[in-house]
Parts: sequence; C-alpha cells; structure tokens
Amino acid sequence: MNPDADQTAENEDLLAALLDGRLPDERGRFGPFGGRYVPETLVPALDRLQAGIDQHLHEPGFQDCLAAELRDWAGRPTSLTPAPALGREWGAEVWLKREDLAHTGAHKINNALGQALLAKMLGARRIVAETGAGQHGVASAAACARVGLPCVVYMGSIDCERQAPNVDRMKRLGAEVIPVTSGDRTLRAAIDEALRDWVSDPVETYYLLGSAVGPHPYPYLVRELQAVIGRESRSQILEHCGKLPDAVIACVGGGSNAIGLFHGFLADQDVSLLGIEAGGRGGGLGDNSATLSHGRPGVLHGSYSILLHDEHGQVQETHSISAGLDYPGVGPEHSLLASIGRVEYQTASDDEALDALDQCASLEGILPALETAHAFAGARRWAGKNRGKTVIIGLSGRGDKDMPTLSQYPPKKASR
Amino acid sequence: MNGSQRIEQAIRQSGEAGRTALVSYITAGYPAMASFRSDLAKVASVSDVVEVGVPFTDPMADGVTIQRASHAALEAGVTLQWILDEIGAMDPAPSAPVVLMSYLNPLLAMGFGKLAGQARAAGVAGFIVPDLPLDESGELDQKLAGEGLALVQLVSPVTTAARLAAAGRASRGFLYAVTVTGITGGDAGGGGNLSAYLHRVASSSQVPVCAGFGVRSADQVSEIGRHVPGVVVGSALVEALERGDDPAAFLTALRPDA
Ligand SMILES: Cc1ncc(COP(=O)(O)O)c(C=O)c1O
Repeated sequence: MNPDADQTAENEDLLAALLDGRLPDERGRFGPFGGRYVPETLVPALDRLQAGIDQHLHEPGFQDCLAAELRDWAGRPTSLTPAPALGREWGAEVWLKREDLAHTGAHKINNALGQALLAKMLGARRIVAETGAGQHGVASAAACARVGLPCVVYMGSIDCERQAPNVDRMKRLGAEVIPVTSGDRTLRAAIDEALRDWVSDPVETYYLLGSAVGPHPYPYLVRELQAVIGRESRSQILEHCGKLPDAVIACVGGGSNAIGLFHGFLADQDVSLLGIEAGGRGGGLGDNSATLSHGRPGVLHGSYSILLHDEHGQVQETHSISAGLDYPGVGPEHSLLASIGRVEYQTASDDEALDALDQCASLEGILPALETAHAFAGARRWAGKNRGKTVIIGLSGRGDKDMPTLSQYPPKKASR
Repeated sequence: MNGSQRIEQAIRQSGEAGRTALVSYITAGYPAMASFRSDLAKVASVSDVVEVGVPFTDPMADGVTIQRASHAALEAGVTLQWILDEIGAMDPAPSAPVVLMSYLNPLLAMGFGKLAGQARAAGVAGFIVPDLPLDESGELDQKLAGEGLALVQLVSPVTTAARLAAAGRASRGFLYAVTVTGITGGDAGGGGNLSAYLHRVASSSQVPVCAGFGVRSADQVSEIGRHVPGVVVGSALVEALERGDDPAAFLTALRPDA
C-alpha cells in the first residue's frame, strides 16, 4: 500500500472507532489528542467525575430527569427554522438550529444543566465555572439556582466589560462573579483561575467546565450533553425535507456547540461538516483565535490538542471580536476530526462576522451572537460555491449580550 | 553519579548532618535576567537542592507570587533555552543539584529528546512537571532516565493510597509532597493532619520525601522537618528576591538548625 492509502485507512479506522464509541479510549484519548495533564491534586476529582459519568450519565433515571428538565425548564427541543430570505440572498436552502431559543439564550444551557444535575448527584457543595461570552456563566448560574447549589463564575476583566449585560444577569441569578485580572484577562485566564480554585477544594467543589475542552473526561462529558443539538437537528431536517442536508456549519471556540451538532451527522459521510473559527483581523500572531487553522499540537488546560503557541511553547494572546471564540485552544475531538479530515475548519474575520450578523438580523429578524455570526459568514461563503444546496447553521446563541460591542458598529444600510 | 543520584545524595547528606534538607525555588531570570547566575549561585550555596522555575504563560498550579514572577520573566525574554545555556555556562557550577520546574508545554515544544540531552549537558539533575501526573509521564520519564535525569513525582493530601504507592515507586531524586490542597504561595497549614499525611507519604516512598507549597517560616520548616527529610521553599523566597533581600541570608534564617 502507498503511504496515502495507509493514511486513509488509518483515518477511516479512527472515525469508525469514534462512531462506535471507542473514543475517547480509557486514557481519555481521541487518537493522539486529549488526556489528563493536570496537577496530581485534581486527578482523584477527575477519577470521581469519570466514575460518576459511568454510573449515572446513561442511566434511565438520570436521562429521564435531564430530558424532563431540558423540556420543561430549558425549552427543548429548539426549532429548526427555515431561513428563506437568507436562502434567496445566498442561493441555497438555509435552515437554522435555534439554540438561541433555549433557556438563557444559547446552547450552553444543555451542558450547564446536565453537569449541574450530575454535580448534585455526586454530592458537590459548590460549583465553579469560567465564562468568556458570559453565556456559559449565565447558564451555570441559572442551572445552579435550579438545582440549589451556590455558583462562582470566573470571567476575564476584558470580557466583563464587553459582555456587561451577562455579568448583571449572572448576579441576578445568584452567582458570584469574580473578574480575572491576571494573564490575558479573557477566557483563557478565567479557565486558569477556575482551575486554581478547583485545586484548592477538589472534594466539595465541582468544576462546571463550559466547552468541550479540558482534561478527560470533560471533552467527552460536554460532547455527550451537547449531542442533543445534533440528534434533534437530524430528525427535524428529515421531517421537514425528507433528506439529509448537504452541509452542517457551526462556529468553533472551544468547540462545544459544533461537536454537539456535528455528532448527529458524523456517520453521514455525504454530509459536509464545516467548523468556523475566529479569523479576527488577520492571519498574524495574536490577530486571531483560529486554533485549528493556525495552531500546532501542545498542552493547555489539561489536554493535548491543537494550540496557538510560539516556538517556546508559550501560549499566544488571541484576538476575536467575539469573547466566546477568543481562546487559543480547541477541544481534542475537533483536533482529531481535523486531522482525519472528517470536518473541515475555516475562518471568518471580525468584519465578515459583523456583516453576516447584520444580514441575519435584517433578513430573518434574528439577532445572533457574535460567535454564531462566524458560522453565518462561513455558511454564506459555502453557499456561494454550492448553489441550490441545503445547509443547516448552528445558531448557537442570541446576540443581546453583544450590544456593548455592536453599538460601536452601527448597522450598515440594509445588506439586502 | 547521575542526576537522580546527586539529588538523592544531597538530601540524604543533609539528614546525616542532622539538618532538614532545604529545596529552594526561584523563577529563572526573575527579578532580573542579569542577576540570574549570581542569584542561583547564592541560593545554591545555602540549599541542598535548587528548583529553577521555567516561566509559563498559564501557570495553573501557582499562586499570585509565582504568576507575577513568571509573567515578568517571560516579558523580559526568558526561554527554556536561555535557562539551559545560563546554567551550563556557570563556572563554578551551582553548589547544589539543580532541578528545573516546568509546566509541560515548554518541554514539549523543545522536544523531550533534545531537552534531556541539553539538560544533562548543562548539568541539570532533574525535572518537576506540575501538570504531568504519573499516568501521563511515561514518555518524558523514559527520555530523562536515558540521561540519568530525575523526574520528580508530586503527591498531595488527596492522593489515594494506590496512587501514592505508585508515585513512591516511580519518583526519582525525591518525592514531592505538596502540603496543601491548593496552589503555591498559600498557607502550608499544619497540625495533626499534616503530620499524618507526611508519615503516609514517607512510608510509601523509596526516595527521600520533600514537602512544600506555602512554607514561609522557620517554624514551618522545623515542623515539617520533624516528619520528612526535606522542605521546599518557593513563593516566600521569590518575594524576598523581589524585596531585594539577600537570598542566602533569608534562607539561612529559615533553617536555624543548620
Ligand atoms: C453563543 C455562543 N456560541 C458559541 C460559543 C463558543 O463556544 P463553543 O465553541 O464551546 O460552542 C459561545 C461561547 O461563549 C457562545 O456564547
């Protein structure tokens, strides 16, 4: 066999292993990516979390309770909305998976609720979480209020400013918000600080991590809890159209909404999967947060994955107009999906995202989050090359939180 | 003698002399790159082992002092290569074995093979990697062992008996007993829990045990020294250097038995 054929066979084996549920493996690896690179103090806590997942996550009792809360409290299933005006504009058939309609306004609630219920079962006394855009913080605050656990949210001081509405929401929901002034003062520093908090009380504190990143078993746990997006989307599109879409597109920060949506379609080889990272203001060092497009393997926040770091292994400052994508790492499962070619990752710039946001708002009457707007920008580009085809966009969250940023960019006159 | 043996011997010799071994931590190139060699020489002159911190952008196991030191060192341009070059160029070599304390990513970026070779050539005796638990440490351990270098394992008060036994078998040079459930620079705690914990660790280890995280006073040094052969002093020494205090005088005052 030639080396290319070897590579193809290996990639197919890895995808098959992923689809069979053999990945992550017992060492928490998705192929080469993942693992548990944490201080020894956290290892027993991760072991307990793993045991809790094994014991409860797929048990009917837990699943029934989660499903009931997702339905009655969080408002699932969320709609799959046709977007005919965008479709006409782009020359494609466009469907929107409306996570903005889920309680608290983003997909983050699926994970926060699931983990809060799990934490309660595991006997946690206190929850810590990090947040970038504030959506995971708000979701965690709400879920903790619902299950009756105190909640502390770490948030970079830069993000506290640009996502100010969410800081107030978290406080109203009873959470304590701690602004982080160390490090890069965005999501990455918030995770560092949440980890430090957790190391100080790994027995009674539960760390409610908000994306498909971090040490094993978080990338797996978050994916399982977000997979509801993909399951619903697949059955909804079949119901509406009688066939699968040609493409499914989502924005990728840490990668939780994307992994949840993609999982519904991973086995459908004819469905193209496209992840859109934050291209920021360009391809230079520090100008973007496009980890898979510009990064190399490394270890950050407990996981071996693709990472934006320099030749000395120092993690790079990143930039994105959207706080939720402004992160130098990405979940290990995405690194695997990129390396085996099952998902293609592209970037959308700040300007493209702003433009797409305006277009969606003015044509469909939906104001998406700035994170989400990157998926729209990617979808628009895809549609330009795939006339008449059908695409589902993961509308991961609503944009109300972004008003402080958006007010600096008045809407351009009707992009119709 | 290889690196692992040099560390172990330094700690044992201190015990034979009736003293608690002092393992002192400084962040490389902080407060100033220009004084690194002389700071290291001074610290080594009154210590049994010196830990040299390799700065990292995301020091998740560290409190504010070492965060501040790491950040400033990176801003000043400190790199792992520079640290190895500086240590290798010291003449005379530091009078105590030097262990590099680094998060994993800078080591990965250099490549474990090159790292082990260069570290040995520079006279470094071993490594402590706070975000590399035993389960993930096989590959680095193997590369370091090939050059006779120690990979020091860490345990903490929440480490289970089974993991403690495994770490006690695997650790080289010494076994690092983290005295707190928490980050560096906090309060080392104390009391009955601490002594029971340290005894548990000491009885599980095949190499000498050194305990630390948050040790700031001579009382704490002598308290911990009653249970294990060595004490690690980190943030408090970094703060002394920040104040411009003489590091040797500061450390000597911590160990009145010396
Ligand atoms: C609405 C929305 N979409 C996407 C993201 C990015 O996160 P992830 O990649 O984990 O979905 C965030 C993160 O804050 C968000 O708030």
